[in-house]
Amino acid sequence: MLLVQVIVGGLLLGAIYALFSSGLTLIWGMMNFINFAHGEFVMLGMYVALLVVVWLGGGPGMFGFVAACALFALGVAVYLLLIRHVARGPMLAQILSTFGLALLLRYTAFWIFSANFVSLPQTYLSGTINIAGILMPVPQLVAGIVAAALTIGLHMLLTRTTIGSQLLAVAEDRAAAMLMGIRPDRMQALAWGLAAGSAGIAGALMAIAYPWSPSVGETFGLTAFVVVALGGFGSVPGAMYAGLMIGLIQAGSAYLFGPIYKDIIVYGLFVALLWLRPQGLMGRA
Amino acid sequence: MGYSDGRCVLSSKNNSSVGRIDVRILSLPRALLAGALAILASMGPATAVDPVKIGILWPLTGNAAAAGQASKAAAEIAAEIVNNKHPELSNIPLAATEGLPNLGGAKLELVFVDHQGVPATAQQLATRLITQDKVHALIGAYQSSCSFTATAVAERYGIPFMVGESAALNITGRGFKWVFRGTPIASDYAATYMRFFNDMKKQGNRIESIAVVNENTDYGTSVAEQIEAAAKKNSIPVAIRIPYSASSTDVSAQVLQLKEKNADVVIFISYTSDSILYMKSMKDLDYLPPMVIGDDTGFSDPSFIPAVADIAQGAMNRSAWDIGQPGSTTYKINDMYKSKTGRDLDDTSARNMQSFLALADALNRAGSTDPERIRDALSKTDLKPEQLMMGYNGVKFDETGQNFLASTYLIQLEGNKYRLVWPDRAGSAKLVWPMKGWKH
Repeated sequence: MLLVQVIVGGLLLGAIYALFSSGLTLIWGMMNFINFAHGEFVMLGMYVALLVVVWLGGGPGMFGFVAACALFALGVAVYLLLIRHVARGPMLAQILSTFGLALLLRYTAFWIFSANFVSLPQTYLSGTINIAGILMPVPQLVAGIVAAALTIGLHMLLTRTTIGSQLLAVAEDRAAAMLMGIRPDRMQALAWGLAAGSAGIAGALMAIAYPWSPSVGETFGLTAFVVVALGGFGSVPGAMYAGLMIGLIQAGSAYLFGPIYKDIIVYGLFVALLWLRPQGLMGRA
Repeated sequence: MGYSDGRCVLSSKNNSSVGRIDVRILSLPRALLAGALAILASMGPATAVDPVKIGILWPLTGNAAAAGQASKAAAEIAAEIVNNKHPELSNIPLAATEGLPNLGGAKLELVFVDHQGVPATAQQLATRLITQDKVHALIGAYQSSCSFTATAVAERYGIPFMVGESAALNITGRGFKWVFRGTPIASDYAATYMRFFNDMKKQGNRIESIAVVNENTDYGTSVAEQIEAAAKKNSIPVAIRIPYSASSTDVSAQVLQLKEKNADVVIFISYTSDSILYMKSMKDLDYLPPMVIGDDTGFSDPSFIPAVADIAQGAMNRSAWDIGQPGSTTYKINDMYKSKTGRDLDDTSARNMQSFLALADALNRAGSTDPERIRDALSKTDLKPEQLMMGYNGVKFDETGQNFLASTYLIQLEGNKYRLVWPDRAGSAKLVWPMKGWKH
């Protein structure tokens, strides 16, 4: 019974990992561009949720939506003002630009919100559901289900819609896409918006369950990279499976072997899997 | 200064066509002149008020930033008490006077640095404070792991280091001559918990086993080891010990392990975000042990109460700080702190403040900024309980530099405040056992 409880907890955590990692994989797939500021986007999503609760008294539905919109706008702005320009530069400039952006966002958050840990009040979606002895905290349950739905939605958007085809066309061959009448700049701005927006909503969902401070982006950024590498760079379903797997392995190994060993096991399996399958679970070789 | 100015002239003229020997002849008098001027300047009336510099290492950003910032405010209040006249706090040494009387009224100047909780950074910053900022004494460094590395630097350079509140045993007892520690340590805390458990058992509360949950750096490991050893000596079984990393983002597996073992008391030796996360996860997984004891630190962090007060009612914590009755010195100090930060002074910051005041007292008795004399004065420190703001039995350092008169109380969360509940004494609130958690 306890083991089932551990598995449920791991899957709920994994669904959120999947959601905030899917944005990172999207940008990689679209532009071969590594966004080191992705964890900071998640962190900003958490603070947007806090501001909505404090200023507007909004509930989870509202702050999730606002965080998604705010971060979508930020993602588009970051693309237009920064990425578009450095993308033409050398690889190192690309890497350092988002790394610099990450530090800028993190320390701006320190400046505005201070280093204190904050958390949302308990009243929002609090409580626990008991299904046949398995306890499911409502915040994590809602966050996990919404995250899974959004990740699937993002995948559908990419594979089943015209916009998705246009996005993928730009990723496939920029010049050919332009000849087909697709504007690559617009598509890539959209990709950044979607990526940041999904990070924002993932942050808002996590804010329901976890306390955080401006340095939280570091931890999430690292997790996102591992998920993306494991799932295969550029693959949204890959990020989904990898996110769930990592959540599950973390929870399981923490329970079975003790919390200080969980990262050894997660990263050990991660390295072993990359050794066997360098393109990741769902990546193209 | 004068000498280096002379060197500067020498090297710049070297590049010109003027010969080397000529330059020396030219620059030597200048160097001497500049040197003499510098000496004259330092002998002037300025000497009387040359500040005494104290280098302070705390985590001002990063995971423990809130605790570091709170302690920074406390140190600033302590400096304010020493530097200006505060006759209303006259039982605190140096409060009634202005500055350090034995150093001609010299003021204390604080140089803060931020080690972010990284031991290697703490080491580098300690070196910088000593070699570049030329501080006369050091205070730090919150995380035991950071105090451990920073004190080694002070020892190497021969500059006195006052460990404000780090609890790990291994910081003192390395044969260091320049390290002093004002706070109680891991073994003191473990002994206090055992006395408390025995007391509770006598009152008929069931304590058949305890669980120990500790973050896995120097601080958590040291305290947990001491508790395990003390529990063994007092024949209280430790049902489970769970070491974990303080940067964990999910602790539900650990809470499930605790739930399975079902100990009567769970002791958390945790930093801030992790202690909040534990309280929230325990509620989510519906696990409420009869009693939770936080080993200060995370439970005393300014973020803890606003985040989880409504679900952690009755949680206990240790503290050597008590605000006390209106009109008392501690109450007035708390007022000063509150008007600066908007919050009550917490135990962690208060222990740092007490260590700071003990250092200031030694600086004054040294009557000089000579490191050897400061060290000597520190080793002769003998503060009585009535001269302290903390509930220690005094401040007196043994040969390892540890204050062997330090001790602690236990406090309990009621509403939005911790109240002193143990040991039983006048003015203390009544202990509630078992804790109510979120069921109130």
